[in-house]
Amino acid sequence: MLAVQIKPEEEILPRISSKRLFIFQCPGCQEVYFPRGDAEAVISKLRLSEEIVGEALLDYLCNRDFVQEYIKQYSQQINEAQVILVFSCGVGTQVVSSLLDDKVVYTCCDTLYLNGFQGVTTLKFNCDQCGECYLNYTGGICPLTNCPKALLNGPCGGAREGKCEVNPDADCAWVLIYDRLKRMGKLDLLQKVMLPRDYSKIITESLSREKIER
Amino acid sequence: MNFAGKLKSGKFIITCEVGPPKGVNINSRLAQAELLKGKVDAFNVTDMQSSVMKLGSLSVCHLLAMRGLEPIFQLTCRDRNRLALQSDLLSAYVLGIRNVLLLTGDHPILGDHPQAKPVFDLDSVSLLKVASTLMEGKDMNGNELDGKPDFCLGAVVNPGADPLELQLIKMEKKIEVGASFFQTQAVFDLEKFYEFMKKASKFGVPVVGGIIILKSAGMARYMNENIAGVSVPEKYINMMAEAEKEERAKVGIQIAAELIKGMRDICRGIHIMPLGWERYVPELLEVSGLA
Repeated sequence: MLAVQIKPEEEILPRISSKRLFIFQCPGCQEVYFPRGDAEAVISKLRLSEEIVGEALLDYLCNRDFVQEYIKQYSQQINEAQVILVFSCGVGTQVVSSLLDDKVVYTCCDTLYLNGFQGVTTLKFNCDQCGECYLNYTGGICPLTNCPKALLNGPCGGAREGKCEVNPDADCAWVLIYDRLKRMGKLDLLQKVMLPRDYSKIITESLSREKIER
Repeated sequence: MNFAGKLKSGKFIITCEVGPPKGVNINSRLAQAELLKGKVDAFNVTDMQSSVMKLGSLSVCHLLAMRGLEPIFQLTCRDRNRLALQSDLLSAYVLGIRNVLLLTGDHPILGDHPQAKPVFDLDSVSLLKVASTLMEGKDMNGNELDGKPDFCLGAVVNPGADPLELQLIKMEKKIEVGASFFQTQAVFDLEKFYEFMKKASKFGVPVVGGIIILKSAGMARYMNENIAGVSVPEKYINMMAEAEKEERAKVGIQIAAELIKGMRDICRGIHIMPLGWERYVPELLEVSGLA
């Protein structure tokens, strides 16, 4: 199972100030603990300070076909937006990023591990539940689940013609990240030195859903 | 003058790779290195290159240092978590090792223990940052050290990588966190290397270009097909293919010398990876005008 937690404001706000926003919110499924109150508090604040061109409250943002249909219906509002904000687990953010290739998509959440069965429609995308979501620096492509070395600071130098050295059938995650950030005009994000992962953030069975809810 | 001093002085640098054996018979490797004493500025000792289990880099570096040969300790993130990496850097210092080359490392699946757990707790950039922090007297969590190490920190870059811009962004990050020299993947395509150096020289950090002596046309083709960023031009493959078996070493040396001459004025040194042909290194240096 997954537990979602809202990122600190200082990590979200500098990226979106004076930008037109479209907000996706996935209050989750039975497998996800989603802090609806925390999310609503952040969104209420954004409604006062930012221009929000549209909002979508969708269950199963992990279902790509479903989200694709939805995006078609709301394409006008989404086109108007400069930044797409996603409140969901890491899978939902990856789905939205993959569908809105020419848009800047940021997640407002970190996804943590919660004991139990994981996800429903996570056919194409995987979330490592690392508790410190990197998707905002990597164009919505997860380096943890797509790079066999889970590198955070760029490619290993082993990619050949865009394919991974470890699994030549797969694309090099960092080449994908580079291409996407280039299309977004956000290559500067790659200059940031990413600190090593904090493995103490992984919640093991010691944390039950009841504990989180408390 | 030590390696770090030579880097600062502007002297043309010559480094040579030493691959530890699979086993404990180390004497022939040490003897080969001793033959290069005075000809080579420092010896890179590989850390289970290509993820093949071998004698450790740290012990071989120490044995070289005891013989008055200056080692460059190669340390990868493949097999050690952040505690072990920091501890091994401290161990290296007390064993007299002053130069380290910090790499991410190959994935275990490419080596002779594909079932191994890949660690990669840190990556090359974060490891360089951690080493810099140790040099300031703190561990990566800010805890005070009882005596701090001092290293000349090196890193690698692949001039033939595609996309090159991505490689340069990572190179710049490595410099930001403390890399004071770079060694490169083997260079065979001088034009490509010029292009890379045009962009990399603006960083102002010494780049030591990689050199491999070709052993055969088959080896060249194998590298072209299997090693990212290595492209041996067709003319060299033909030269190797046309050479009689007993002439191949000579032709390989001739090609390597041509590359070295082409690189002399555009980078700060050469890094020779003999891959078993250590015995030809003195001749290569002589033919290249570096002896």
